[in-house]
Amino acid sequence: MARAPRPTIAVVTFPGSNDDRDAAQALSLLGAEPRLVWHADAGLPAVDGVVLPGGFSYGDYLRCGAIARFAPVMHAVTRFAEAGGPVLGICNGFQILCEARLLPGTLQPNASLSFVCRDVPLRVENADTPMTSRCEAGQRLVIPVKHGEGCWTYPDPTKLEASGQIVLRYDQDANPNGSLADVAGVTNCDGNVMGLMPHPEHAVDPLLGSTDGCLILGSLVDAARAHLGAAVA
Amino acid sequence: MKATVAVRPKAGILDPQGEAVRGSLRHLGFDVAETRVGRLVEIELEAADAEAARTEVERMCEQLLANPLIETFEIEITP
Repeated sequence: MARAPRPTIAVVTFPGSNDDRDAAQALSLLGAEPRLVWHADAGLPAVDGVVLPGGFSYGDYLRCGAIARFAPVMHAVTRFAEAGGPVLGICNGFQILCEARLLPGTLQPNASLSFVCRDVPLRVENADTPMTSRCEAGQRLVIPVKHGEGCWTYPDPTKLEASGQIVLRYDQDANPNGSLADVAGVTNCDGNVMGLMPHPEHAVDPLLGSTDGCLILGSLVDAARAHLGAAVA
Repeated sequence: MKATVAVRPKAGILDPQGEAVRGSLRHLGFDVAETRVGRLVEIELEAADAEAARTEVERMCEQLLANPLIETFEIEITP
């Protein structure tokens, strides 16, 4: 049997990103070829997927992600997303995608005003998206969060619910940040762009307590591989 | 030309920072019913007149300084 091709996935490093290497290592473990890309680059190299990693881009000045969204490389990321390429934003990456209006909503300071850093129980609300394809609807996951601004808000969440864009929720009694309707992760309407506050790249090795992050990142790798096939065809 | 932009959390939007400040003020003995915390941005810019400056600063607010989902902004121009 031919070996599945290793899709190339860009991991964008902004000044203040700190999970770029973890994301690259996890992607490598899951069968992708990670490529670190600097935020000031004018374009993306030939890639099949993009990850915007966690961290504190531009010191979180003004609003989290507000300045990073105008980084030179973001033009290319936006074009890639608009062309149907799979893009995953983790934590600060989620905040950047919301500010860039590639994802619905915005992330505010945690309702508790405290930074939270712990494993959280999650439920997969929609497994029928490129970035959750390795999950099952209703599946329980445990993935760590570590953020001060993860309180997702949106004017009309029922509309997103109806269109299946709310893909991950915290357990009702374990919402770490006060997010609206316990939302932990959302997609755009086409499903090829997803953001989540939990860190799947920190849950890919049994040594760290959970391997549930493999389901999300593995789905991204599959989506990138399919995108590679699509680009070649 | 000088512009002062006040960015405020929209009415009804959760403002945990304001809540924390209110709690602290009450702790100090002040009888405070509500506190909302926003942001003040002072900008020096070149513009033909106040109207041109206002138009320019409005564009700045829409693109970067405020997030329309959760914030409102108010611009004051002084020569």
